[in-house]
Amino acid sequence: MSDIAERVKKIVVEHLGVEEDKVTETASFIDDLGADSLDTVELVMAFEEEFGIEIPDDAAETIQTFGDAVSFISKAA
Amino acid sequence: MFDLTGKTALVTGASGGIGAEIARVLHGAGAVVGLSGTRTEPLEALAAELGARAHVLPCNLSVPEEVEGLVKRAAEAMGSVDILVNNAGITRDGLAMRMSDDDWQSVIDVNLTAVFRLCRAAIRGMMKARYGRIVNISSVVGATGNAGQVNYSASKAGMAGLSKSLASEVASRGITVNCVAPGFIETAMTGKLNDAQKEGLLRVVPMGRMGRPEEIASAVLYLASQEAGYVTGATLHVNGGMAML
Repeated sequence: MSDIAERVKKIVVEHLGVEEDKVTETASFIDDLGADSLDTVELVMAFEEEFGIEIPDDAAETIQTFGDAVSFISKAA
Repeated sequence: MFDLTGKTALVTGASGGIGAEIARVLHGAGAVVGLSGTRTEPLEALAAELGARAHVLPCNLSVPEEVEGLVKRAAEAMGSVDILVNNAGITRDGLAMRMSDDDWQSVIDVNLTAVFRLCRAAIRGMMKARYGRIVNISSVVGATGNAGQVNYSASKAGMAGLSKSLASEVASRGITVNCVAPGFIETAMTGKLNDAQKEGLLRVVPMGRMGRPEEIASAVLYLASQEAGYVTGATLHVNGGMAML
């Protein structure tokens, strides 16, 4: 797993308090990992902080799964 | 009851009569306090009076960059911001027909927009901590209106709406957002009134007297306490009965 994926996973595990093996490529933050809308905002803000990037609202909306987050950040970082 | 030991509180407008009293009362309950205001001297004097656990954080709320940086500076000085009291406010009274855009805008900027910015900045840390108390000092005129104050009353009514919406957004994270709405309180703001004006005002106050700053501060202390954890989106009216809302 790439360095970015590792760091994203760490944030997701810490923030949502889920088991690491639940955070799979296609795991949806809301449907599979129990996030609510506020959690998704907090996750996006945590990603922005960790990677020093800005994730605009329309892009944030497309980040539904762990895989989405990793691929977006890989392109942006 | 109402022990704030280990908690940190940022109070804006702490150089004014009500703000200084709020800071004193929260400090007296054990909180570390961040004293913000435009004029540094009265803040320094208040910090000296309080002794330990008081930090002076000057800020001009009509300057967006200063507002954006205030919560960060407060968190650096105190370690966190658990309690935010948006008390600072200005008036630029005048009848609507004669009110300039500038008098309208400056009141909205300081009394409403700065409050939004400070709330937005403060809830970041509160969300992470899963705990927070925001107390916004509004005014009875936000609910009743008052001739000569379209700008001020609009800003205070706006503050009530902001507080309710924000309260809904952050309730699940242990953060409460409430307002305290003072009526006529003995401060520099009401000190400018002449005796005839005061007499006229007191006629509409069933209690027959003006309120004291400490009576506002007590209401803030309650809403800032752990004990008020199930109260959110509320406005506590402290007005001697002049408007029973």
